[in-house]
Amino acid sequence: MKVEINVNGTATTADVEPRTLLVHYLRDNLGLKATNIGCDTTSCGACTVLLDGESVKSCTVLAAQADGLSVTTMEGLSDDGTLSHPVTAAFRQEHGLQCGFCTPGMVMAAVSLIEENPDLTEADVRSGLEGNLCRCTGYHNIVRAVLVAAGKDPDA
Amino acid sequence: MIPVAFDYQRPQTLDEAVALLATRGEDATVLAGGHSLLPVMKLRMAAPELVIDIGRLAELRHLRVEGDEIAIGAATRYRDLVTSTVLAAECALLPAVAATVGDPQVRHRGTLGGAIAHGDPAGDMPAAILALDGTVVLQGPNGRRSVPVAEFYTGLFSTVREPDELVVEIRVPRTGATGWAYEKFTRRSNDWAIVAVAVATMPSGAVNVAMVNMAGTPIRATATEAALAEGKSIVDAAALAAEGTNPPADTHGTPEYRRHLAQVLTRRALQTAIA
Amino acid sequence: MSILGTRVHRVEDPAFLTKGGTYTDDLTDERLAGALHLTLVRSPIAHATITSIDTSAAKQAPGVVAVLTAADCDLEPVLVFDRANKKMVRPYLATDRVRFVGEPVAAVLTEHPYQGEDAAELVDVDYDPLPAVVDVEAALNGEVLLFPEAGTNVATAKGSADPGAGFFADCEVVVTKQILNQRVAPAPLETRAAAAAWDDGRYTVFCSNQNAQGTRDDLAERLGVDVADVHVILPDVGGGFGAKIGADPEYVLVAWLARRLGRPVRWSESRSENMTGLVHGRAQHQTITIGGDRDGTVKAYQLKIVGEAGAYPAFGAALPNLTGMMARGTYDIARKHSSYVSVVTNTTPTGAYRGAGRPEATQAIERAMDLFARAIGMDPADVRRKNFIAPEQFPYEITDEISYDTGEYAKALDLALRSAGYEQLRAEQARRRERGDTKLLGIGLSSYVEITAGGGASENGSVEVHPDGTVTVLTGSSPHGQGHATAWAMLAHEQLGIPMEKITVRHGDTDQIPEGAGTMGSRSLQTGGIAVHKAAGELVELAKQRAADLLEADVADLVVDKDVAAITVAGVPSARKITFAELAAQEQLRVHTEWDAGKATFPFGAHVAVVEVDAETGKAAVQRIWAVDDAGPVLNPLLFDGQRHGGIAQGIAQAMLEEVTYDEDGQPLAASFADYGIPSAAELPSFDLVGMETPTDANPLGYKGIGEAGTIGSCPAVQNAVIDAVAHLGVDHIDMPLTPVRVWTAIQQAAGGAK
Repeated sequence: MKVEINVNGTATTADVEPRTLLVHYLRDNLGLKATNIGCDTTSCGACTVLLDGESVKSCTVLAAQADGLSVTTMEGLSDDGTLSHPVTAAFRQEHGLQCGFCTPGMVMAAVSLIEENPDLTEADVRSGLEGNLCRCTGYHNIVRAVLVAAGKDPDA
Repeated sequence: MIPVAFDYQRPQTLDEAVALLATRGEDATVLAGGHSLLPVMKLRMAAPELVIDIGRLAELRHLRVEGDEIAIGAATRYRDLVTSTVLAAECALLPAVAATVGDPQVRHRGTLGGAIAHGDPAGDMPAAILALDGTVVLQGPNGRRSVPVAEFYTGLFSTVREPDELVVEIRVPRTGATGWAYEKFTRRSNDWAIVAVAVATMPSGAVNVAMVNMAGTPIRATATEAALAEGKSIVDAAALAAEGTNPPADTHGTPEYRRHLAQVLTRRALQTAIA
Repeated sequence: MSILGTRVHRVEDPAFLTKGGTYTDDLTDERLAGALHLTLVRSPIAHATITSIDTSAAKQAPGVVAVLTAADCDLEPVLVFDRANKKMVRPYLATDRVRFVGEPVAAVLTEHPYQGEDAAELVDVDYDPLPAVVDVEAALNGEVLLFPEAGTNVATAKGSADPGAGFFADCEVVVTKQILNQRVAPAPLETRAAAAAWDDGRYTVFCSNQNAQGTRDDLAERLGVDVADVHVILPDVGGGFGAKIGADPEYVLVAWLARRLGRPVRWSESRSENMTGLVHGRAQHQTITIGGDRDGTVKAYQLKIVGEAGAYPAFGAALPNLTGMMARGTYDIARKHSSYVSVVTNTTPTGAYRGAGRPEATQAIERAMDLFARAIGMDPADVRRKNFIAPEQFPYEITDEISYDTGEYAKALDLALRSAGYEQLRAEQARRRERGDTKLLGIGLSSYVEITAGGGASENGSVEVHPDGTVTVLTGSSPHGQGHATAWAMLAHEQLGIPMEKITVRHGDTDQIPEGAGTMGSRSLQTGGIAVHKAAGELVELAKQRAADLLEADVADLVVDKDVAAITVAGVPSARKITFAELAAQEQLRVHTEWDAGKATFPFGAHVAVVEVDAETGKAAVQRIWAVDDAGPVLNPLLFDGQRHGGIAQGIAQAMLEEVTYDEDGQPLAASFADYGIPSAAELPSFDLVGMETPTDANPLGYKGIGEAGTIGSCPAVQNAVIDAVAHLGVDHIDMPLTPVRVWTAIQQAAGGAK
């Protein structure tokens, strides 16, 4: 079947099997490899992207379900390849990443979280990231990064 | 992991969806948010020939007061329940329960109707609707019928829904902003409940208690409810919560432990809801 | 001012935060053009004989190019851990028998990965089930053997379990306990992946791994070719934690298939495969016995270990040996005895996982200290203080060859206790108990020492300045999240003055860097980092030699002007300056060097954990953790603390949540991320890190390793804290993970026993 999805502001289209997962559409059809796959059970959140502005796990969305909608991946946060987005800038500033594998999903989950509630506390960030697993950072600096990106003082 | 190949259709109207289901019901599966269905399909524990996507049907996305009830379209997402000002005022239990389902990404996709139709005994929404004495509205080729949620579940992951029927709406009474509680006990924040207890105070003044994962279906703590109706204390009533239950055994708990949790969580929920 | 010791942001991050890392499955390398996709058919049964395999239906499925089984495979089965029983060899595809759920049985190669999953379902394997050996006692009694030809389930063993008559004879109090250091899954977020091409007699293998050179050597040996005929390239690696060392059987198979089929082959495992296919960690059944006097003096300590090697002995079979070596921990105990047996069972093989042998030692001795303190009615902090190895006892010999280098164990514990407000915490605990609160407070301590660079303290490094002023650093270590590109650039910049952004660090390509030991065992900074430091220093000397004539000065009078990255004459501001770049333009300016410390280092520290336990439900939550982790001077606090954070989280995770279990048939009960309890941010607190720096004498910068310390320190502190919370109810031990049902059951049993 044919799907048409606006990805990072660009119209894309492809003829895909109905069972094609959105994450595979992004990675294999479009070559956008930032979005990673970390599990089979909608648990880890490494594949998190924005669908019409809201975080979703792209391993649990069919490309067909995104037909006609807009998707944003981490590649779409910057036009010029720099850390111009407050979330990516804060992740570097606060050392919110190590191996980088969970990072694109974590960043997109954070973007959605801040969009929905910029007035975040540490507890809000922790519960707001419950759908994203990281094995390297112990979340300490990820939580700080999200607070910084939301304009909060992580040491408060 | 990816599902077995299937055909996909996205009907534009509810009638179209119902007609499609009528002809293909036996080998079709209905997809709304897909957050119960797609994981199961990826693990190849389900392999429908046809997936009918009703997730975007505007006719199934309503949330409004209708007389003494609130009517909620089956494709209403958890996120919509959580942020609904109507529910905050008219049935505050529901958004509170919906806020505990999965994680933010799941809540952006998963739907109330999907959770009700899926009927996972560890699910939150079926027990919440059961505590509210809600109604499930089904639509098939012969029109609509309403089933009290208490009669909807027949066993583990099984309901009275016929293969050619669609869950189209959930109806709950206007119980207001207070008199409720949800005590969910999990290992991790976004795990399924080991046990959970929903308490709702009904317009009649009756206090309903429904439990998650204490049997093959969501189940009411009838002995507790009766004791409360007789004027027994919360502590005494909660001690009866495990009566008539049949909780499962798994790595997270023995049946004995779950019965104990049911009592503790029921007491806490009642103390929050009505003390 | 020196850049060393300062908080430098990572040079790696801009790529990771824009286009994302390039992991093995992301590669678009032209050498992989037209690659086939490998899907493995894995055994769903723990122990069975294979009576037949029918691949005919699978071969007819769309997109299938080949379906291969053991009958098609000429690779020699391998003794993965070479000191294990020689009969316990592992085939790449199961031959007549499967020994664990997840063991590869057939290889399906398709044009597209979706086709592979479809076709794999059509491979028809007939299994004739055998009784599964899951329990270590059953393995030891040997009624059912995994390898009948071996005549035993014992993979390897060392020492007598009997410490000898009189070992505890002079002790006023002796306490013994059986404890479990449970099996856990390393679960790096990136699962294993490999891609291989065979061209012109040479293999090119990309894979997710911690050591390119060792993996190249493994591949060459197992493929039966010269080392020169294997080129290993490591792209970005999404976490390893010890579990991605060496050539996994699947990696060998991918390379072999590429040659056999004449096309590149790619493989990326699913998480479900990873949970049974990648090695597991820990899995030690320990008996601890501690004896001493009522004044708190510990006189004798025995540690007896039965280790689970899994179905095919790998590095996990060897780790109890390291546990035994580190058994005494930070304590000066007159008599220490350890012994172990590693057995095979019908489970996933075990290997290294963050700490690898040391956490098991620390957990055991720190539990023993608490049990002993309880038995004599002394505060656990006081018992520890009474027995610490004193600073003047260093170097402190633990074997004939190995000594603890430096340590200040009492100072570390006191610092942790003071930071935590130990006295106030104990007072709050007492108040809650007196009030009969259902929310109980638990306070747990741990003191630890661990060994880093224990597997070898040498590494190579190269530094080359190019005529354009840029620098290339080559290293034999192999980062996968640790930030070596930043740290190594800091070390080079420190001596050359060349800006960080002009320094590129390369690693993980065996053609560029033929030698190297990779990143594991918290070895990198003190080996690979020091090698870069040494190489940069030697490059400065080389530059001075070359500049001396040009500057018409004595080499001894020359210095580096770091502001302009040039050689000049000391104390002569007007003297000419010759930049490294100018020197490089005249002649290649490159130094390759080896660094060998000749010995391991021993980081140490102390953690204090505070937990709250809901006495009614048994649910425990870690509220705070204070960590003193002393690994010598800190090169970059950003990276150093990042390692501690991640380590602490993994230690808490083992204490509280994670466990791989099997049912009696050997079916894994936590084989996905839905079931296996990796914590999210919502299950963890922020961590309180406390600084302390005691240099080692093993290298010129005094560095020890920090990669694993957090895990080693936090896990026992948290376990001790949860048990401490319910100790007054009569509970003296609960095995990990401290799940609600376990804690509740322990409380119930203690209450029942008291009646």
